[in-house]
Amino acid sequence: MLHRYSSVITLVLIMVTALFMPQVSFAADAVPAAMAPAEGDHVESHGAPAAPVSTTPWWIWPLSLFIVTFILGILAVLGGVGGGVLYVPIIGGFFPFNIDFVRGAGLLVALAGALAAGPGLLKRNLASLRLALPVALIASAAAIVGAMIGLALKPNVVNTLLGATILFIVIIMATAKKSDFPIVPKPDNLSQSLGIMGIYREESLGKDVEWTVHKTLPGLLLFIVIGSMAGMFGLGAGWANVPVLNLLMGAPLKISVATSKFLLSITDTSAAWVYLNQGAVLPMIVVPSLVGIMLGSIVGVKILAKAKPKAIKWMVIGLLLFAGLRSLLKGLGIWP
Amino acid sequence: MANEKTKASEEQLAYAKVLNRGMWFGLALLVITFFVYISGVLPTYVPINDLPKYWTMRVHDFNVALNAPTGWHWTALVGKGDYLNFVGIAILSGLTILCYLVILPILARKKDTAYVVIAIVEVLVLALAASGLLKVGGH
Repeated sequence: MLHRYSSVITLVLIMVTALFMPQVSFAADAVPAAMAPAEGDHVESHGAPAAPVSTTPWWIWPLSLFIVTFILGILAVLGGVGGGVLYVPIIGGFFPFNIDFVRGAGLLVALAGALAAGPGLLKRNLASLRLALPVALIASAAAIVGAMIGLALKPNVVNTLLGATILFIVIIMATAKKSDFPIVPKPDNLSQSLGIMGIYREESLGKDVEWTVHKTLPGLLLFIVIGSMAGMFGLGAGWANVPVLNLLMGAPLKISVATSKFLLSITDTSAAWVYLNQGAVLPMIVVPSLVGIMLGSIVGVKILAKAKPKAIKWMVIGLLLFAGLRSLLKGLGIWP
Repeated sequence: MANEKTKASEEQLAYAKVLNRGMWFGLALLVITFFVYISGVLPTYVPINDLPKYWTMRVHDFNVALNAPTGWHWTALVGKGDYLNFVGIAILSGLTILCYLVILPILARKKDTAYVVIAIVEVLVLALAASGLLKVGGH
């Protein structure tokens, strides 16, 4: 009962924070877009541009980011989604930062989560290097292209497309079925020649499970789309990786989830470099977010044992629906 | 408990080991440098109080307004508190390349030609992304 209430309180807190943010945000849009370039290596010596001065102290923003991302970290674990997919629409929709910096931070948030989870998943043989490497090559190359396209698009276009994508993810999450042990009648030639197969210990059944995959080529082709979207919107792509690995290619659910998580460490790396090299990474946004979401994930794992997964899943879907609509309406200029 | 059959492969364990050490090192460095940044111990390139005036801009406008570095030019500014944070970010972002380089000899020793090729191409793809050679047009 307590957990049910705590979930509701968490959701309400996020909603209130979200609704509160635009009221206290800086006169963001009033800042002149073109300012005289500073010369030399220190901005201080050239003075600040003549922009409207906010009375909100700077530290409010990293602190707010830390609190919100801490909550998102908990929800991400409980809802079975990556942090990036919650991070970008919510922070992009309700904080004053430009969507370019939010996407850069979103990629690093997803990357850090994947880097943290990767070693354990690989050691336990749940994430499969043989499955991940060919997929990662396709996805990471596509993510570079996606990142370049994303940074070239106008913010309203990015927000509109992001909103539409998040709403699509909501539909996938609400309707997609998962299969613990999909039936693979016969591995295809490509998976056989690459040796994509494995054995893992299924503790819940107390036995070893052998697995292989099929439909490898269509699966790899789909990762072109998934990688592009990850790079374009700064999203981790677990929401898309898992259904393709599990439902299409036939990898067991645990292998799919673990390999997907590990995969993000490679896919998001390539896109993150593009954002980093373009200057779309601000430590003041990245570090509080990254620490917040990682600490939240640790707490989330502890709550997970006692929480009601189904109720939380629907809460996360509701949150994504809200954030997706916000992003879409922001992009269309209806809810600026 | 994992038995011999369910045990992860040699290259997978090697990858995990490097990833684990590099991740904690990069993360710790990032947190430490962030506290150095906000504590004001080092001068900053963009004064912290002025940052909110700029983070609403598109990245291209931000770079123009602040003459901010792109590509690897930030390395010349690691003495500034804000750009010092990029060391940890670059380590976390570059870790995957290192992991691939570590498993390459193992794959080669096993004569796993397909995966050697995949790993080499992946390193090239990531190196290209990291190089800063890829430019995104202005707005």
